[in-house]
Amino acid sequence: MTDQTRQYEVGMHPDMPPPASTVGLYGWLRSNLFSSPANTFFTIFAAYLVYALFPPILNWLIFDAAWVGTDNTVCKNETGGPIGAACWPFVYAWFKPFMFGFYPDEELWRIKLTYWIFGIGTLALMIPAVPFKKWVALFLLIPFPVLCYFLYVGGSFGLEQIETSQWGGLFLTLVIAITGIVASLPIGILLALGRRSNMPVVKAVCIAFIELWRGVPLISVLFMSSVMFPLFMPEGVNFDKLLRALVGVTLFSSAYMAEVVRGGLQAIPKGQYEGAQALGLNFGKMMFFIVMPQALKMVIPGIVNTFIGLFKDTTLVGIIGLFDLLGMVQTGATNKDWLGYLTTGFAFATIVYWVFCFGMSQYSQHLERKLHTGH
Amino acid sequence: MAIDTIPQDQPAPPKVALINDPRARALFFQVLVLGTILLLGGIIINNTMDNLASQGIASGFGFLNTTAGFAIGYSPFLEYDEQNTYGYALIVGILNTLLVAFIGIIMATIIGFVMGVARLSKNWLISTLAHIYIEMMRNIPLLLQIFVWYFGVLRALPGPRQSVDIGGTIFVNNRGMFVPAPVFEPGFGLVTAAIIASIIGIIVLARWSKKRMELTGQPFPVFFTSLGVIIVVPLLAAAIMGFPMTWDYAQLTGFNFVGGSELPPELVALAVALATYTGAFIAEIVRAGIQSVSQGQTEASYALGIKPGVTLRMVVIPQALRVIIPPLTSQYLNLTKNSSLAAAIAYPDIILVFAGTVLMQTGQAVEIIAIAMAFYLVVSLLISLLMNWYNKKMALVER
Repeated sequence: MTDQTRQYEVGMHPDMPPPASTVGLYGWLRSNLFSSPANTFFTIFAAYLVYALFPPILNWLIFDAAWVGTDNTVCKNETGGPIGAACWPFVYAWFKPFMFGFYPDEELWRIKLTYWIFGIGTLALMIPAVPFKKWVALFLLIPFPVLCYFLYVGGSFGLEQIETSQWGGLFLTLVIAITGIVASLPIGILLALGRRSNMPVVKAVCIAFIELWRGVPLISVLFMSSVMFPLFMPEGVNFDKLLRALVGVTLFSSAYMAEVVRGGLQAIPKGQYEGAQALGLNFGKMMFFIVMPQALKMVIPGIVNTFIGLFKDTTLVGIIGLFDLLGMVQTGATNKDWLGYLTTGFAFATIVYWVFCFGMSQYSQHLERKLHTGH
Repeated sequence: MAIDTIPQDQPAPPKVALINDPRARALFFQVLVLGTILLLGGIIINNTMDNLASQGIASGFGFLNTTAGFAIGYSPFLEYDEQNTYGYALIVGILNTLLVAFIGIIMATIIGFVMGVARLSKNWLISTLAHIYIEMMRNIPLLLQIFVWYFGVLRALPGPRQSVDIGGTIFVNNRGMFVPAPVFEPGFGLVTAAIIASIIGIIVLARWSKKRMELTGQPFPVFFTSLGVIIVVPLLAAAIMGFPMTWDYAQLTGFNFVGGSELPPELVALAVALATYTGAFIAEIVRAGIQSVSQGQTEASYALGIKPGVTLRMVVIPQALRVIIPPLTSQYLNLTKNSSLAAAIAYPDIILVFAGTVLMQTGQAVEIIAIAMAFYLVVSLLISLLMNWYNKKMALVER
């Protein structure tokens, strides 16, 4: 009697193995790629796309690219023109301007020092086990920007003054994005509160402000800040190009921030407000101790997303003549030694921006999952 | 507010000092806010007047009637030359902005819906590719993408003699994209009339079939009937008039193409970059919308014996659209606003023509920036009104 024909008591039959067509590599392929004729067609189509797109891109970026060398000789073909692939020595040669602009070499320690402080601070905020989170966050939000300002600009405490026209590269990108987000947070909170206020004048002013900035493109705001702000100032007062851009960026992002914060305020149940009022707290105390801590915690992912958007939008300052990372890449490619390697510069900028934005968006999604303590 | 709700027979609330009276405080704050704004506005206007006077810049909108004296590279709808006024240049810029925004919105919607559905596909390869696409596009600044398309792809294409040839009708080279242009001969009016008539007929048919379905439950194959009508009727009209339309193909003559319709590389780069970038965001919106319709809806529909295609059309998509439309509106707005990045690659949109060249020539910063901003505000308002109307139409009708 073979195993197949054995008689079992009712309910005693051992489990049969799953059909071979549903397990293992074969089963996976069958269910994920070839489950139906249409699906098979799509798989073949997608495989063709992969074949057509990825090898040329990888060849351009890696396999055919020039990797070693410090000057442009390795990037030339037999006729002296640029090779048909990436020329990484261009990036090596221009790495410092790409990162810091034309900030003087001997003063670079100032920027690096703040990078270290910021890196350690944010790491401390991200690791759950580190104590004193509130103080670290407070330090990063208030005294740290002041420290940065004095270090970067110089001119006091025996530091040499450095004109903002020498700032550039990724450093400038970070300065604009972080200043924009930090400065727009308090303005955004005030605007969000104003928009939810019962006072008709305050409410109307806040709505008008928010909708005005949200309705126009950033580039028109930057144009405005670069050509109109000088007209607004009393005669003789002339302020820096970077500062004008910063004011424009801050006004613009505070409108978006206000909407993010408003979302958080709306999510706070009415009972929280009523509870605070029943305890006799005035408006300021209620907001500061009860509502804002809950609302802001809820909108951290939204703030991170606003920051990602702002980080990407900083590239626009190139149009009004500031040299952020992208602007520096374009400047580098107009250098007579490196004409024709603009695309390599773009590839480098793409990688840098992508790593930053993708990292932040992953972190924001992680936060969303972590903070989603609801039902 | 609380004071109003106290019944009349209760004793009046105790008298509070003016400083603690909520109404007095509210009034005070509002007067303060209004006063600050008026004061700041006054200072700014005063300073601006002084500055303008000292720099010898005129004010007012009179400059709109002055001769522009500069050329605009691309003006597909209006004839423009240097003799025209600044106001006319503004209209050319506005039309160019609207053109690129229109092309971008249509392409982005198609890309977004295809990628959003692909992202949810059961096919592993398709959904992974869609995922890679979305994560790549969303996390790279738009300006950089426009530069890559413009400098890295279109400018790097071969010259007209070695054009990329798509089916012998469309040619792409470093001077732009050349597509056949339709040439209308006399008698085409009847074909246009036929198209309009069949569209009206289809709308009537759709209304009638919806009404009948609500009354009797009998479905009518509106889609295939409409498809038949919109193809057959104009074709018939064209046959009667002896096909009064020909295509003017672009042809290589000497060193460049002649004839056809030329799309400058700036327009192509901008439209493609806007569409692929915004398409990635729309894909995520579409995915979220489809996922928001609970599995139970589909299962219930199957349990009622409704076919998968009909389930998708009548059960899943209408519910998903409710979730999709509001964020889709803001993506359309973003795309329109982002089209202002045209200035970076010298596509003559409103920002480049007006806030760039005209501003440089006249120096009237306040008026020019105000007009440019007002244009974007009006467009934003119009798009959001349109989408709100559509959203209201699609919204859940509750008891």
